[in-house]
Amino acid sequence: MSQRFRLNKEGLINRNKKISFTFNGKKLFGYEGDTIASALIANGIHLVGRSFKYHRPRGFFGAGVEEPNAKLQVEFNGHSEPNVNATEMELVEGLSATSQNCWPSVNFDVGAINNFLKMFFPAGFYYKTFMWPKSFWYKIYEPFIRKAAGLGVASIEKDKERYEHKFEYCDLLVTGSGPSGLASAYAAAKNGAKVILAEDKPRFGGTLLTDDVSIDNLSGKDWAEKIISELKSMPNVTVKNRSQVFGYYDHNMLVMFERVSDHLEKKSKFIPRQRLWYIRAKETILSTGSIERPIVFGNNDTPGIFLSAAAKEYMKVYGVLVGKKPLIFTNNDSAYETALEFKKNNVEPIILDTREEHSSELIDEAKSKGIDIRFSHGVIVANGYKKVKSAKIGKLNKDKNSFEKIETVDCDCICVSGFWTPSVHLASQSGNKLKYEEKIDAFVPDKKKQHETSVGAANGSFTLEESLKNGFENGSNLSAKITDTKTEIAIPNVNEKKYGAHDKFWCMPLPKNENPKRFVDFQNDVSVSDIEIALREGYRSIEHVKRYTTLGMATDQGRTSNLNGLQLVSNIENKIVPEVGHTTFRPPFTPITIGTIVGREVGMEYMPTRKTPMHEWHEKNNAVFVDAGAWKRPRYYKQGNETLFEASKREAKNVRENVGICDVTTLGKIDIKGPDAAEFLNRVYTNAWMKLPVGKARYGLMLREDGIVMDDGTTTRISENHYHMTTTTAQAANVLSHLEYYLQIVWPELNVNVVSTTEQWAGAAIAGPKSRDMLSKLYPDLDVSNDALPFMGYKEAEFFGVPSRIFRISFSGELAYEINVKSDHGMFMWEKMMEVGKEFGNQPYGTEALSTLRIEMGHVAGPELDGRTIPSDVSLNGLVSKKKDFIGKNSLGREAFNVESRQKIVGLIPIDRKSSIPEGSHIVQDQNAKLPNPKLGHVSSSCWSVENNNPFSLAIMKDGKNMIGKKFFAVSPLKNKSIEVEVISSHYVDPEGKRVRS
Amino acid sequence: MLYIKCPYCGLRAQKEFSYGGDATVKRPNINEEVSSEDWDNFVYMRKSPRGKHTELWQHIAGCRQWIKVQRDTATHEIFQTAKVTEEIR
Repeated sequence: MSQRFRLNKEGLINRNKKISFTFNGKKLFGYEGDTIASALIANGIHLVGRSFKYHRPRGFFGAGVEEPNAKLQVEFNGHSEPNVNATEMELVEGLSATSQNCWPSVNFDVGAINNFLKMFFPAGFYYKTFMWPKSFWYKIYEPFIRKAAGLGVASIEKDKERYEHKFEYCDLLVTGSGPSGLASAYAAAKNGAKVILAEDKPRFGGTLLTDDVSIDNLSGKDWAEKIISELKSMPNVTVKNRSQVFGYYDHNMLVMFERVSDHLEKKSKFIPRQRLWYIRAKETILSTGSIERPIVFGNNDTPGIFLSAAAKEYMKVYGVLVGKKPLIFTNNDSAYETALEFKKNNVEPIILDTREEHSSELIDEAKSKGIDIRFSHGVIVANGYKKVKSAKIGKLNKDKNSFEKIETVDCDCICVSGFWTPSVHLASQSGNKLKYEEKIDAFVPDKKKQHETSVGAANGSFTLEESLKNGFENGSNLSAKITDTKTEIAIPNVNEKKYGAHDKFWCMPLPKNENPKRFVDFQNDVSVSDIEIALREGYRSIEHVKRYTTLGMATDQGRTSNLNGLQLVSNIENKIVPEVGHTTFRPPFTPITIGTIVGREVGMEYMPTRKTPMHEWHEKNNAVFVDAGAWKRPRYYKQGNETLFEASKREAKNVRENVGICDVTTLGKIDIKGPDAAEFLNRVYTNAWMKLPVGKARYGLMLREDGIVMDDGTTTRISENHYHMTTTTAQAANVLSHLEYYLQIVWPELNVNVVSTTEQWAGAAIAGPKSRDMLSKLYPDLDVSNDALPFMGYKEAEFFGVPSRIFRISFSGELAYEINVKSDHGMFMWEKMMEVGKEFGNQPYGTEALSTLRIEMGHVAGPELDGRTIPSDVSLNGLVSKKKDFIGKNSLGREAFNVESRQKIVGLIPIDRKSSIPEGSHIVQDQNAKLPNPKLGHVSSSCWSVENNNPFSLAIMKDGKNMIGKKFFAVSPLKNKSIEVEVISSHYVDPEGKRVRS
Repeated sequence: MLYIKCPYCGLRAQKEFSYGGDATVKRPNINEEVSSEDWDNFVYMRKSPRGKHTELWQHIAGCRQWIKVQRDTATHEIFQTAKVTEEIR
């Protein structure tokens, strides 16, 4: 298909480079520099989608971010993306675009029947229709709404692209490179400020690219190019195109979305697709310009109806005609420029101006060029289903509420202009309360809330002269405050056309007995009658009207519909717009990809991976790893075809019978030093610490101030004023902050310092009846007898020439030791242990065996210390001193903590001695009781007892101490299991603790 | 994202800090009798003012110092930051 609507010369596209693409399977061509929209229009294609609710045919309406209709499913670079704005996406070779929200095709859409049933789809339709019967909701209504809702289809493929985040700081961030943005950036750059200039479009210059103006005898486009190239050459300036600042957050943090390589046909490997910039700016210039708003009329959503400035942009930037028989429908002078542009390209437009006959520079020029101008006229209704064919136009009476004359004129496009709305989104996001400017019928920024300054059209100044002056002055003043330098810049001479006053007219009346749809919000299919219904039904607050009708709630954020909606509500309510107020603007200003938000934090990079110094050995020896926070810990070491269950049983059994070693590097370790260290520990832990001798370890329990157990672990007195504390892997960071809190804030008089040494020490536990024999081989020169190194003893000794610490502590309940060496020696230690341990039957064991060993011993861990238990709940009240004060002590006296039936830890075994009890099961009296079945407790940890060869669990149970010997059911609806269990002591193996002392 | 001036390190992004609650709460002295009411007030009762609030933050990904921050809970404006040993008015 030839590009029938492409002009011969006009435009900024590269005609030397043809680009092929497909639309709904049809092969088409465009040029480098085209958007999907401009290329399709050049090919005469206007019908690109179906509307959200009524499946009405829709075409293009705008030429940039304001586009409400032309959202396409686009495939390029091997991925498929929904809801791509055709007016923003640049054409790349091989791109394939398809229409959304239509079936079987955009030309014949079954859903369009909704258009004929529209009386059944009024505002609030969802709320009214899907209410009864209630039982229909899950099976019928919800699936139906889900199918009907949304536009494109999200890809289920893994996103192979690369996305990046970047953090940047600057003195001045300028958002938008129109005249006022360029002027601001230039003035600030000349003052030596660090400037970032962000432009959403591929080309810099904003309206300078399309307006017929001159600055210092250069065309707008040439002046913009000159300023940009000068800015690019300055080392203190970063100039970014294809970059949308979409969010204004606290403390002048702005977030920008950069489309780095979507427009490139081939890109090098490490270039990201898109980049998210977090910019902390000292000052921000909001030069976001303005968006033209439509005038509402009948069937105003028909393909071929454009905003008038968009039509001009298609001609001047892309060299494309949106039609060859245009109607220009306006209430102001700016649309005359579009008409003149058509005329320049030998197309004869008809201008319908709602104002009465009058004169202005532009009107006079249009008249002198012989353009057909009809004052007091407007479009009543557009005719044509898939494309505008003609329009019924009318001559308005003096009050503009009825018609003096109605006729039909042929046309193939309608370019509409209802004046301009400043883009105040970012200003509003910054916290700026907007004010209503009667002169332009729109909201503009009011008093500054953060360091934001709106300039140019975004601030309601619509002349070039004012915008430039505004930009230069603000850019210069704001930056001078930061850099203390002020470079005088002469404000350039400007030549522009003077605009006359606009007409405060925004919605065409309808002739009697005619009732075509008049859309206010195109993307969400909200029409004038929907808003009228909402108000009739009693909705008053604009926020409620918005939610009930969905006005302005689509992805275009109501850029073209907000003000018309407000005007309509104001008219019906007989109020003025500022009384109605406006809805809240929220980020993002334009939709951004999830990939960009996620950035590099995917897969392995989702969070840091912590590996112990022995990690490689574990890997080589078939360890299956489990995540413990950021740590990777061996869960079990797989031999042959072993399952997790088999391997962990073997490993645990070997510890009970021979000896095993376990990598315990991940335990939190905190070095505590200072003359008041003993006193500090005495306050932190529930048990007594003042008399712990040097060279001894002690088990300690710490509480939160509310009496709940926070963490447990052993602390060893290394020397007089030096302690080594261990914490659980999970609580390491919290415990350190907790200690720092008390030392820095509560008891600054204590002379103590704490520092994390978790990563400085590699740790290995040696556990089992043969561990002493093995230890004596590891330390041939050291007396490791029970007398010389008793339970809870500590020694420092050389481990094959490497300094090491030996702790006689046990988590497994067996005779056990823990050896620490500097991290660098961790692998050496481990390999030596494997070598020396052979003759004792040593095997490494993972966290699964570790859990088995501690569970059957009744040692508590994370699942029992779950932030809901106090010491007596987990049978650790023996560690709670009655004599001294400590963190949380006062809370232990609370009534609920001391009631007779208080929960307590118990052991559970299945009656059949076979069925494993799922963790998280609830303990109930009667498994068949009516729901909600009263819960007596829950199963916290489960294992297969290797000592007794049957399942065993720990549970926290109401009145636990009086339940021993009774029978209950452990029910797990999740696993669909109910197991009869008997309550026994939580200490299933070696209840007297003989082994650890042996 | 807030921009918090650590009195030791200077202006840093919020993600380097963790929040620590009301800075004006005083823990009853250790080893001293305290009424249940005073204790409960210390453990559980916190004001949730709209406006100025003096709170604790810890510079966990920096110097690890706990600091005081006086912040407007509605606008997030930060009026003042200080070391915990210093007074905030």
